[in-house]
Amino acid sequence: MALLLKNIRVIDPQQNLDQVCDVIVRDGKYVQLGQDLSIPKGLTRDMTGHIMVPGLMDMHVHFRDPGFEEKEDIESGSRAAAHGGFTAVLQMPNTKPTIDNAAMVEYVNKRAEEVAKCRVYVSGACTVGREGKIMTEMGDMVRAGAVAFSDDGSGIADTGVMRRMMDYAHQFGTPILEHCQDKSLVGDGQVNEGAASTRLAVEGWPAAGEEVEIARDIELCRLTGTPLHIQHVTTAHGLDLIRQAKADGLPVTCEVTPHHLFLNENALDETYDTNLKVNPPLRTQADNDALVRGVIDGTVDCIVTDHAPHTAWEKDEEFERAPFGMTGLETSLGLVLTQLVNTGVIDYNRMIELMAINPRKILRLDPVTIAEGQTADFTIIDPDAEWVVSVDDFYSKGKNSGFIGAQLKGRATDTYVGGYATMEDGKVQ
Amino acid sequence: MAFNHYNLIDITELSRDDIMTVIHTAEAMKEVNQREIKQLPTLRGRTAVNLFTEHSTRTRSSFTLAEQRLSCSVLAVSGSSSSMTKGESLTDTIQTLNSYNIDLVVMRNSYAGSSVKVAQHTKAHVISAGEGKHVHPTQALLDLYTMWRKLGRLEGLHVGFVGDVSHSRVCGSLIPALKIMGADVTVIGPQTLLPDDPSVLGIDHVSEHLEEVLPDLDVIYTLRIQLERLETAPFPSLREYNMLYGITEERERLMRPDAVIMHPGPLNRGVEIDSYIADHPKRSLVLDQVFSGLCVRMAVIYLLMGGNDNGVVA
Repeated sequence: MALLLKNIRVIDPQQNLDQVCDVIVRDGKYVQLGQDLSIPKGLTRDMTGHIMVPGLMDMHVHFRDPGFEEKEDIESGSRAAAHGGFTAVLQMPNTKPTIDNAAMVEYVNKRAEEVAKCRVYVSGACTVGREGKIMTEMGDMVRAGAVAFSDDGSGIADTGVMRRMMDYAHQFGTPILEHCQDKSLVGDGQVNEGAASTRLAVEGWPAAGEEVEIARDIELCRLTGTPLHIQHVTTAHGLDLIRQAKADGLPVTCEVTPHHLFLNENALDETYDTNLKVNPPLRTQADNDALVRGVIDGTVDCIVTDHAPHTAWEKDEEFERAPFGMTGLETSLGLVLTQLVNTGVIDYNRMIELMAINPRKILRLDPVTIAEGQTADFTIIDPDAEWVVSVDDFYSKGKNSGFIGAQLKGRATDTYVGGYATMEDGKVQ
Repeated sequence: MAFNHYNLIDITELSRDDIMTVIHTAEAMKEVNQREIKQLPTLRGRTAVNLFTEHSTRTRSSFTLAEQRLSCSVLAVSGSSSSMTKGESLTDTIQTLNSYNIDLVVMRNSYAGSSVKVAQHTKAHVISAGEGKHVHPTQALLDLYTMWRKLGRLEGLHVGFVGDVSHSRVCGSLIPALKIMGADVTVIGPQTLLPDDPSVLGIDHVSEHLEEVLPDLDVIYTLRIQLERLETAPFPSLREYNMLYGITEERERLMRPDAVIMHPGPLNRGVEIDSYIADHPKRSLVLDQVFSGLCVRMAVIYLLMGGNDNGVVA
C-alpha cells in the first residue's frame, strides 16, 4: 500500500527540514520526499495548507489499564492519543495491580499490540506497589520492555530508598521519572497553598512540598549519576533548581503540562470545579510565566499531558473527595499551538523538540524523523483549524478536561503510525 | 428593605443593608421567642430538610427549633442514618430528597463547596449550617446580631479572633461579614493556626502575641481548640496553648472595661477559655450567642422563604 501526500509543508529540525513538498510512504517507511512526485497505484492526498511533523510523543499518560477500565483502557486511551496527534505514549504504572513486575509490563505490551492506535511504552514502578519501600525487579522489567521507572502519583519519601534505587537503576541506563511530592509537607493538600487554599478553605499544597524533593533528587543525581527526569514541574523556584542542575552538567531533565502552563489557581472559584483539581495543583500566574520562560530557554525539555481520566461520577463528588487529575491528550497540541506557536512565543521547530524529539531522547528510544528509509510515524497539522474544546469531541472515556469551551486554533487532522493512518481527516480509524 | 436572596451560603453576597435587615428581623423574632405562644404561622405547609452529615448539637437544635417556631415541617436526615454512609453520592441524596418537593435544605457537611453543589441540584432554598473549614453563615449573622445588641454598633468595632483561625468555618464567614459592616479584624495565634493567606478573608492585622493586642479589642472571639493527634498537632500541648493564648482571669486586667468575650461553642474550659471568663456575668456573651442563634435562624429562614421585610412579623 503506497501513500502520496501532495503539497505538504514538512518540518523536522532533526533534518533541518522545512519545505513544501510531496512525500511517498510505502510499507511503513518514507520512500521519497521531493517535488511533483507521483505513484502508479495507491492513495494520493492533496495536503495543501497542512504541516507534517515527526509523530508526537506524550511521555506521561495514565491509561488505567488494568484495573480502572471504567476510567480509560489501552484502546480508548490510545484512540484519544491518535485523535490528539500522538503516535506514541508512555504509560505510567499506577494501575491495579501496579506495573511493578515483568508480567505486568508484558500485559500492557501485548494488549497494546492487539488494540492500540499508537505505540504504547511502559514505565515500570520504582518500588513494589509504589509504596516507596522495596525496589522492584527493574532488570526483569527492562527485559520485558520497560523503558523507564516511576512511582508517579507519589514521591519516594525515604531518601535512602531513593538513593539505593537510583544506584541500582544506573546499570540499565533508564531514566528515573520522579513525581516530586514530600508527603509530610503536602499531607491532604488539595490546591496551591496560599490565596487559593484560603479562599476555598481546603488544605494547602505548598510549592515547597514539590521543591524540597526536586532539590533532594538533584543531589541524589549528582551522587549516583543516574538520569533523573522531574515530572510535571509547576513552580518557578523548582524550575530554577533544575536550571542550575543542568548548568552543573547533571543528567537532569524535566517536563511541564499544558494545564500548569496555561491555567492557574485564579480559575478555582466558588463552583469548586473538580476538573481543575490536579496533582500537583494549579499554581500562580507568576509560575505560569516562569514555566513559559523555561519552555523558551530550554530548561523545560518536553510538554506532556499527565492525561488522567476519571469517570463523571467520581468527578461529581465533593471537591475534597474527588480524585486528582484532568485529561489532556486531545487538547495538548491545540493549546500549545494556540498559546505558544501562533503567538510567536516558540516556533514549530521548538514545538517539535518539546513534543516529539525530546521525549524519545529522554527515554533512549530511536528518534522518529522524516527522511527516506525511516519509519513513517508522523502527525499532520491543520494550523488554521479553529475549534472549541467540547466533551462531545473526545475519544477518551474521561471527560474531565479543564479546558472545556476553550477556543483554539490549530489541531492534528491525521496521525500515521508505521505508515498507516490511526487518524484520517479528524476521524480515528 | 427588600431581601433578594434565595440561598444563604456565601456571606459576601449580602450587603450592609441586607445584614441590617437580618438583624432587625431577628429583633422581631426575639420578641416572638419571649411570648408564651412561641410560634408564627408563616411557613405552614412548607417542608424543611435538615441534612446533617456531620455531627452537630447546637446548630442542629437551633435550626430545628427555628423551623418549628415558623410552623415549618421538619425532616431530619443525619449522617449516621442516611444512605450516604452506604456510599450514596451527595448528588444522588439531594435528588432523592427533591422527589418529596421540599422547600428548604439546611445542610451541615464536612466538605467545602458542598452547599453550592446541593444548590445546583435542587429548587429548594439552601442554607449552609457549616461546611468543612469553609463557611458557617448563620453563625456569622448570629454573632453580628449579638455584638450589635450588646455594643450597639458594628462599624468601627475592633474584633480579635484568638486561636485556630485556619480551621474555623466561623471565621470563614464572620471575618468577611465584619468587614462588610466596617469592623476592624485582628487574628491572634501561632503561625501554625493562621490562614495560608490572611488577606483573602480581609483580615486587617495578624499577631502572635496576645498580650500586645488584648488592650485594643472590643470583642475577644475565642475559637475552639482541638488536639486530636499529637504527631501532627499545631502546638505541643493544651497546657502550653492555655499559657500562651488562653483567655484567663489573669489576662482580664489587660482588657478594656467594656470588652466582651464570645465563643462559638462548645467550650473547652481551661484550654482556650477559663471558667472565670466563660461565666463572667458582664463580659461573657456565650449564652447570648445561643439565644441569638435561634432568633437569627428564624429571621434568615423567614427572609429567604417568607416575606421580604419584617413589618408583618410582630
